[in-house]
Amino acid sequence: MIFHPDCITTLEEGPGVRGQLTGEHMSILVNANTKVICQGFTGKQGTFHSEQALAYGTQLVGGVTPGRRGQTHLGLPVFDTVRQAVEATGAQATMIYVPAAFAADAILEAADGGIQVITCITEGIPVLDMLKVKTALRDHYPKVLLIGPNCPGIITPGECKIGIMPGHIHLPGKIGVVSRSGTLTYEAVKQTTDNGLGQSTCIGIGGDPIQGMNFIDCLTLFQQDPGTQGIVMVGEIGGTAEEEAATYIQAHVTKPVVAYIAGATAPPGKRMGHAGAIIAGGKGTAQDKCAALEVAGVKLARSPTDIGKQMLECLKG
Amino acid sequence: MNIHEYQAKELLDKYGIPIPPGLVALSGEEAREHTFSLGGTAWVVKAQVHAGGRGKAGGVKKVSSPDEVATIAQQLIGSRLVTHQTGAKGQPISSVLIELATEIKQELYLSFVVDRSRQRIAIIASTQGGMDIEEVAAKTPEKIVSCTIDPVVGLQDYQGREIAFALELNANQRKELGTILAGLYRLFLERDLSLVEINPLIINQEDKLMALDAKINVDDNALYRQVDLAKWYDASQVDEKEDRAKQFDLNYIALDGNIACMVNGAGLAMATMDVIKMYGGQPANFLDVGGGTTAERVTEAFKIIVSDKNVQAILVNIFGGIVRCDLIAQGVIHAVKETGTKLPVVVRLEGTNVEAGKSLLRDSGLSVIPADHLDDAAKKAVQVVNR
Repeated sequence: MIFHPDCITTLEEGPGVRGQLTGEHMSILVNANTKVICQGFTGKQGTFHSEQALAYGTQLVGGVTPGRRGQTHLGLPVFDTVRQAVEATGAQATMIYVPAAFAADAILEAADGGIQVITCITEGIPVLDMLKVKTALRDHYPKVLLIGPNCPGIITPGECKIGIMPGHIHLPGKIGVVSRSGTLTYEAVKQTTDNGLGQSTCIGIGGDPIQGMNFIDCLTLFQQDPGTQGIVMVGEIGGTAEEEAATYIQAHVTKPVVAYIAGATAPPGKRMGHAGAIIAGGKGTAQDKCAALEVAGVKLARSPTDIGKQMLECLKG
Repeated sequence: MNIHEYQAKELLDKYGIPIPPGLVALSGEEAREHTFSLGGTAWVVKAQVHAGGRGKAGGVKKVSSPDEVATIAQQLIGSRLVTHQTGAKGQPISSVLIELATEIKQELYLSFVVDRSRQRIAIIASTQGGMDIEEVAAKTPEKIVSCTIDPVVGLQDYQGREIAFALELNANQRKELGTILAGLYRLFLERDLSLVEINPLIINQEDKLMALDAKINVDDNALYRQVDLAKWYDASQVDEKEDRAKQFDLNYIALDGNIACMVNGAGLAMATMDVIKMYGGQPANFLDVGGGTTAERVTEAFKIIVSDKNVQAILVNIFGGIVRCDLIAQGVIHAVKETGTKLPVVVRLEGTNVEAGKSLLRDSGLSVIPADHLDDAAKKAVQVVNR
C-alpha cells in the first residue's frame, strides 16, 4: 500500500502542515498557515474556486498556468511550473483543476515540484493513468499526500479551504469527516454545524476506484489529532475500502465513529455515477460494508439525516 | 463501456490470442454464406448482446447444417435475449457471430482486471472454466490463482509460469499461455481496458489453448484517447433513457419503482434512493445532475424522468452548496412548466438562500411540495404515491 500509515507518521512537520496548533482548535493536513497554489489557475474552474478559497481566508499564494509566467491573476502571481511557484512562494499544498487528460501529469508535477499535500478535484481521469501516478508516488515521493481525484477537496473550517465545498456550512469544531461523496459530505457537515459540534477537518477522498488517501489514512490522522473528538465516515458501494477501514477501526481507533453507507438499493453491475461505485461479482454491497462496520463497533446512520444526531449521542456517551 | 463478443475477439486476434474462425452476420442468409466461407461441418450461432449467461438463455446454439444456421440466425436477429444478467425485457439482438464449432477437451478461466485494493492490474485464472468466477470463488476458492503486475517492471515470465503450473498445462501449453498473457497485458494497457475476461479459455482437440468466449470493458474515462473503440458504443444495448441522459452529461440509471429522483451528487443520489426504500417506496431511477446544476440540465433531467411511464411522483433533492437555492428553484419551476408534467413534485433544497427558494416554489402555483430534509422529502413522496 502506498500511503501506509507509517509513511504518514514520518511526514516532515513543516510549517503549516498537519498537527500544528493554530488558535483554539487542531486539525489535520491543512490549517491557517498552509500556503496553497492552484494548478489550472487561470481556467474557468480554477478562477472561480480560487476566488472562493480567497474569500474563505485560505492562504492562496499564486497559481500555475504554463506559458503565463509573470502575469497576475486575482491579484496573485502566475507561474509556468509548479517548481517555480514553490520556489517563489514556499507553497506546501496545491489544488488541481486541470482537465482529466492532463491531471495525472499535474499531480506528478506537483509531487516533483516539492508540494506536500496535493488535492486533485478533477473528475474522469483514466484508471491506468492513476495506476501510474500511484506507483510513481510510492516509489519516488513516499511522503507526498494525494487527496482525490474526483473529490470535493479538504477544508479545515475557519482556516483553509482547498476544493469546491461551500465554505459557509462549516463550523470550526471537533468532528473529523472523511467521505467518498461530495454532497453527502455536505449533509454530514451541515448537521454537525447545526448541532454545534463543528468540524476539525473534512476530507473528500473521492469516488474513483484508484485514489490517493483512503479511509484508513484519514482515520489514522484523525485518531492522532487531539482536536478531533469524533469521526464521521461516509462510504458507498463498490470496492472493499469500508471493510478494510472497519478492520482498522476495530484495532486502532478509540474515538467514536459514525458511518453512513450509500447504495443499499443500487442494482449490481451498474456504475452509480462515481466510477468506483459499482457492485461487481457480488462484492462491494452496502450490506457487507454495514455488517463489517457494525462488528467494528461503528455506529451506523440509517439515513444521512441521522448522522449529526448519532454523533451527538456518541459523544454524550 | 461494454463491447460485443465479436469486437472483443477482433481485439484478441490483433494481439495474438488464438480464437476460433468466425464471422458476423446481420441476417439468416448472410449467416448461411458464412458457413461456406468458414468451411467445416458444424458451427455455433452466438447472439451478440452485452450480457453474460447467453448459453443458458438460448442465445448460443451448435448446429450442423447451413440451413439450420440460417434458420437459427434468422430467429435470433431482431428478437430479444433475456438472461440472468439482463432485465425482464432482455437485450435486442441485431447480429450473430457464426463460428466454426470447436471440440473442447477442457475449459479454463482467465481474466485481467484492475484490483482496487491492491491498486494494480491483476490476473485471475482457474481450472474451473465455463462457470461464473464468482461462483467458483464462493464454492472452491482454492481453485483460483491470481497475481498482480508491478507497473514498473511489467508482467514477468515467472508469473506466467506460476499460473500455467496452477492450471496444470503441459510444456507446449505453458509457452502458449506465456504468449497469451503477454498479449493480454499489452492489450489491456494500450486499449485502456478495465476488464478482459476469457471464459472459457479452452484446450482444444489439438491440445492447444484458444479463447472460446471473450468479454471486454473499456474504461469510460479513457474513451477520449481510444477513438476507434469509442465508435463501438452500441446505444441499442443501453436503456433508451440512460442513453439520452448520457448525451446531456447526466448520470441516469433506470430502476423499476414509481418515485423518480433528481439529485446533485452521486452519493446523495444513492442515499435518496435508499431513504425512499426505507420509508416503503420504490425508486424509479438513479439520477445525478452533477455539480453545475443549471436550469437547462434540470429541464433535460425532468424530460427523461417523466418519459418513464411508471413514475407517479418526483423527488428533487438538491444540496445547493455554492449554487444558490433560489436559482435551483427557478430551474425546477421552469422544468415543470416546460415538460407540462402533472405529477406531484416533492422538493428538498439545502444551501444558500434556501428560504427564497422555498417561497418561489410555494408561490409558483404548481403542485410542488416543499420538504425540510431528505427523510421528510422521502416520507412525503411515499405518501403522495400511496394516496
